[in-house]
Amino acid sequence: MAVHKVVGIETEFGIIHRCNGDSNPVAASSMIINAYVNGFLCQRVSWDFEDEQPGADARGFNEFDALAPEIETHLVNAVLTNGARYYVDHAHPELSTPECSDARQCVVYDRAAEEILIRSMQAANNLLPDDEELVIHKNNSDGKGNSYGCHENYLLDRDVPFGRVVTHILPFFVTRQIFCGAGKLGVEVPMNDGSPAPFGDRPFQISQRADFFEEEVGLETTLKRPIVNTRDEPHADTRKYRRLHVIIGDANMSELQTYLKLGTTSLVLAMIDDDFVPEPLTPLVPVAALRQVSFDTALSGLIELVDGRRMRAIEVQWEYLELARKYAQSHGLDPVGGDDIGNDILDRWEAALTGLESDPMSLATQLDWVAKLRLYEAFAERHDLDWDDPKLAALDLQYHDLRPSKSLARRIGLERVTTDDEVDEAVSAPPPTTRAYFRGRCLDKFGDEIVAANWDSMVFDIGTDPLRRVPMLEPLRGTQAHVGSLLDECRDAAELLRRLGN
Amino acid sequence: MAEREQMRRSAPRETESPAQQDTSSEGATELKAELDDLLDEIDDVLETNAEEFVKNYVQKGGE
Repeated sequence: MAVHKVVGIETEFGIIHRCNGDSNPVAASSMIINAYVNGFLCQRVSWDFEDEQPGADARGFNEFDALAPEIETHLVNAVLTNGARYYVDHAHPELSTPECSDARQCVVYDRAAEEILIRSMQAANNLLPDDEELVIHKNNSDGKGNSYGCHENYLLDRDVPFGRVVTHILPFFVTRQIFCGAGKLGVEVPMNDGSPAPFGDRPFQISQRADFFEEEVGLETTLKRPIVNTRDEPHADTRKYRRLHVIIGDANMSELQTYLKLGTTSLVLAMIDDDFVPEPLTPLVPVAALRQVSFDTALSGLIELVDGRRMRAIEVQWEYLELARKYAQSHGLDPVGGDDIGNDILDRWEAALTGLESDPMSLATQLDWVAKLRLYEAFAERHDLDWDDPKLAALDLQYHDLRPSKSLARRIGLERVTTDDEVDEAVSAPPPTTRAYFRGRCLDKFGDEIVAANWDSMVFDIGTDPLRRVPMLEPLRGTQAHVGSLLDECRDAAELLRRLGN
Repeated sequence: MAEREQMRRSAPRETESPAQQDTSSEGATELKAELDDLLDEIDDVLETNAEEFVKNYVQKGGE
């Protein structure tokens, strides 16, 4: 039986600081996060690197004690009451959603992340002079060869040989972009042989990220990026679990795409856990195939496979879908959150492939890359523009602008998966069905008695004793069902720890 | 295999009946009108100096 697919998304957002002088993106990112943390949270609890960087003192990062009233510019690393982590990574604000128990729940938290960034941006801009502005984009590249990621995480069974995961997820990752891609104008990395980029009739590609991948498998995320990343840091019981850290994806504005991306990948990984995928559809040259698929907006190109067959990307996806239908029949859909959500994922996956087969433009309010392509074609025609006109390049950035008044993605009227009410709730409340519930509720209720928190533990300071660390090694423990009434009843952290037997 | 054929056949391809074509051309007109409205809006909100905006949009690599 496959391990339940607990999922999460970490997004690095693009940031620009409009001002007269030079701007520093690290300082700008810190401003964004501090403005949120200072403006919206009662208590501030910092991230604990104890398990990520051995030797680090949990107390050493409790920097918020010294916060001055003005905006801080040192590296920020906060934990939110919805269970998320909000921090500066490299030169970007980054938000990791809390652990979610299914793909749909994770879409809600991905949208809540956007909302948090929007509120942060507004709070920060209120503090800036009138001629300055911070602007956030949810994209993956600046169009000039610099890329930043939107990573997914999935819980896997430690007993499954990692080679099997690589073998069967690789063809899926090479081809899933046809319904996961956020679309991009132009090309940022030259072709290996120096030939011109093989665009169709438009200099437009399906994926933001395909340009930046050079390896099939590896540990890197910033250089020589691999299609399958091997970081082995489960943030859970290492004897039982592995975490697949996926770096190939685009940050989507389309909720449906985020849902499809998380849902279909969860299903395929459940099948891999259960050794249900019979023969691999491995491309002969995966990195080249990844780029080929991204350039092929007509979806007609053939990928050469190791076994000699030649298949279109969409045919590879039909194979996975067909297998997933059989898997649902024989194994059920509990690992992805049950029948309702599992069947919904299967149906929407099929609908997306069906739409792509018949007429991709029928998905212009569903998939980012199709929405963009339709918009750019119409805009170029109306203003009689060449495709290298900077106005189109500006559209390609502004599509991802998070300012509600400027965001082209929002104006297009993309189909929703979530509701405003559930997104609003998810900005501050944790998902009830994972350990993020315990983390978020504790922060909300006992924030001033918590020294630090991370994915798999929390450190309490209840005054008299040494610091007390509560381990949270099971991602599906600490849920509302497990600890909801306990948390309701406890008056302080000392009582909570006593009743937890810690 | 039969299952897959059935699944893939659900794609309409070029087998639409005349009635369906009528509906889809009505739909297309509607979509075109929506798109025109959208383009009007975009003309209003698009960054004023597109060239400058694109040139200055530089990010550090991440991850």
